[in-house]
Amino acid sequence: MTAPPLGKDLVGLEDLSADQIRLILDTAEPFKEVSERPIKKVPALRGKTIVNLFFEASTRTRISFEFAEKRLSADTVNVAASGSSVDKGETLVDTARNLEAMRIDMVVIRHPSSGAAAFLGDRIRSNVINAGDGQHEHPTQGLLDLLTIRDKHGKIAGLKVCLVGDVLHSRVARSNIWGLSKLGAEVGVCGPDTLMPRGIEELGVCRFRRIEEAIEWADVLNVLRLQLERMEMGFIPSVREYYRVFGVTAERIEKASRPLTIMHPGPMNRGVEIDSRVADGPHSVILDQVTNGVAVRMAVLYLLAGGRPELADAAKGPGTGGPE
Amino acid sequence: MTRPLLLKGGRVIDPSRNFDQPADVLIQDGTIAAVGTGLGMPEGVEIRDVREQVVAPGLVDVHVHLREPGNEDVETIASGARAAAAGGFTAVCAMPNTDPVTDNQAAVGFIVRQSVRAGLTRVYPIGAISVGQRGERLSEFGEMVGAGAVAVSDDGRPVASSHLMRTALEYARTFDLPVADHCEEPTLAAGGVMHEGLVSARLGLKGIPAAAEEIMVARDTLLAGLTGGHVHLCHVSTRGSVDIIRGAKERGVRVTAEVTPHHLTLTDRACERYDTHAKMNPPLREAADVAALRQALKQGVIDCIASDHAPHAYDAKEAAFDDAPFGIVGLETAFGVVHTELVLGGVLTLPELIHRMSTAPAVAFHLPGGTLRPGAAADVVVLDPTARWTVDATAFSSKSRNTPFAGRALTGRAVLTLVGGKTVHPAGAPVDR
Repeated sequence: MTAPPLGKDLVGLEDLSADQIRLILDTAEPFKEVSERPIKKVPALRGKTIVNLFFEASTRTRISFEFAEKRLSADTVNVAASGSSVDKGETLVDTARNLEAMRIDMVVIRHPSSGAAAFLGDRIRSNVINAGDGQHEHPTQGLLDLLTIRDKHGKIAGLKVCLVGDVLHSRVARSNIWGLSKLGAEVGVCGPDTLMPRGIEELGVCRFRRIEEAIEWADVLNVLRLQLERMEMGFIPSVREYYRVFGVTAERIEKASRPLTIMHPGPMNRGVEIDSRVADGPHSVILDQVTNGVAVRMAVLYLLAGGRPELADAAKGPGTGGPE
Repeated sequence: MTRPLLLKGGRVIDPSRNFDQPADVLIQDGTIAAVGTGLGMPEGVEIRDVREQVVAPGLVDVHVHLREPGNEDVETIASGARAAAAGGFTAVCAMPNTDPVTDNQAAVGFIVRQSVRAGLTRVYPIGAISVGQRGERLSEFGEMVGAGAVAVSDDGRPVASSHLMRTALEYARTFDLPVADHCEEPTLAAGGVMHEGLVSARLGLKGIPAAAEEIMVARDTLLAGLTGGHVHLCHVSTRGSVDIIRGAKERGVRVTAEVTPHHLTLTDRACERYDTHAKMNPPLREAADVAALRQALKQGVIDCIASDHAPHAYDAKEAAFDDAPFGIVGLETAFGVVHTELVLGGVLTLPELIHRMSTAPAVAFHLPGGTLRPGAAADVVVLDPTARWTVDATAFSSKSRNTPFAGRALTGRAVLTLVGGKTVHPAGAPVDR
């Protein structure tokens, strides 16, 4: 038995090497095809039990994980925080121990506290996959962003990718910064200083305060969601002004000297951080991101379960892609 | 009557008299009878050989949380006093953020009585600045002083109102009381769980900027200058605060300041992997802050070391970083940590360390102790500066185990602690001398 290629848990891209990230992306390639089949199911994780433990509301991430699990034939249980024992004051560690006692194989956790996934991973034997912990990381989102960029541009190294918006509160931004830098991209960040972590430049990113400059610099814009409660908390004066100063608008994109790939982790606030004409425009890969999310999550689940990367193609089973 | 005791042949360090030489210390009737060589032997004297060891005034900690009343499962005055004795402390000052808050003479008197009942390290109460620590109305300083309070503080709850802090400093002058100040600008620090910097950016944790402390250090040294009151700045953590304190002292403001062993030895990197034992308020800062705090302590800009001993139940810290409470225990590791890092590390001499952990805090809070002057109460510690030991939190006398120093190899510890001539550490040692 060789050592698992990723370790026990996937907590964040900060912890992974460039080779490990490439391995996940390469493993995702054969899994893309599974979702294109009429019968979208392979037996790779048959008999494995996976708990999707969501302490925060999430639609697309939870559904994407659930599709990935089901298409690999795993048995899945969804636990949402509302209405569960978590609401009754059960601690995270008790939740973990109870799940472990039911002899599960993997936990996919979404939690409002940074570090919750690492906390759980350190305390249970099952594999833990971070589906977003507070403002720390959202590694599978980072991976699907990388895969989408690689699909579109054929490479990642040497590209200039700018994250636009609320970097301070964004776990997507942190996973993107680690993943992109490790694979050799140049990373920029653009937004008001109120929404930037102090010391962000020390992570090796370029800092832009004007959206026009970021657009002129970048090959790819990854536009982050602006949580509307940030305005109530006083980080920005108004949504209207934010759109006027930082909005990714068609007019601004048209001035760029080269075509820009447009990404967004969703859900979008149309007319707040991004103009609908840009989101739905010819250079938007926003829906490709969603499609790739399933393949990337299949790859992560498969690798953490001990699947051998060189067999990922074969793991798809005897299916020919045609109806059976 | 207890037998007289002669501590024979040790290195006697008494910073209150700039005394540092081999000598014997004779303790009789609970007081220091004599310090010197060739002392006359009273009848029935017990002789303890303390060669290779250091005899010093007992350590004094002006900032501990003993959780009684209200959270006796976590710590009591007796268990905290036992932990203090084990750490070489002969006097500690208990912060008033108990439940209910120690904000009146009855509550202060309760702590005094519990301390006497425990009969270990002396526990001096600190009364609340404001009723319920709510930051609205002054507590009855005069009555609390009458019941035994040695200072006032709203520690744990910063005094947001500049007006309230001003009146507290003015009113405290009547009683010559230090106002112990937890410097934290609440709107800047709101929601923060660690130092704001690169580590918090990486971990995705909300930061507390250094300015949240420095604004209040600046405000309250200005108010101390305005009023002539004595402000004592608790757990100073930033280099910016050091600069402000230095300036205030140069202007003659009545300001004293303390620093904790953990702020002298750890940085915000200890929070990596979301280690909740590195979560405290003020938070661990950066290497440049640690360097500035060490120099400030050396130069006397910061007067003393205080542990900010803050016990918590083990399962409270067994949580996500955001959800864990602030604070760590420190009484039983304070001397070993600072001796290992700062004395053996070449920053302080041993007499300087004893000054900062005994004489200086006693002077700052007008406490007896901090001296081996003949006639003073025999609050004495015998330290073995070469003892090597490993921090084992399960062996603590404190009821709580929340320390970031668990497993740390340290050099130097208290081997004998006497309060009023009575042995309070090690436990089980013959007391009926």
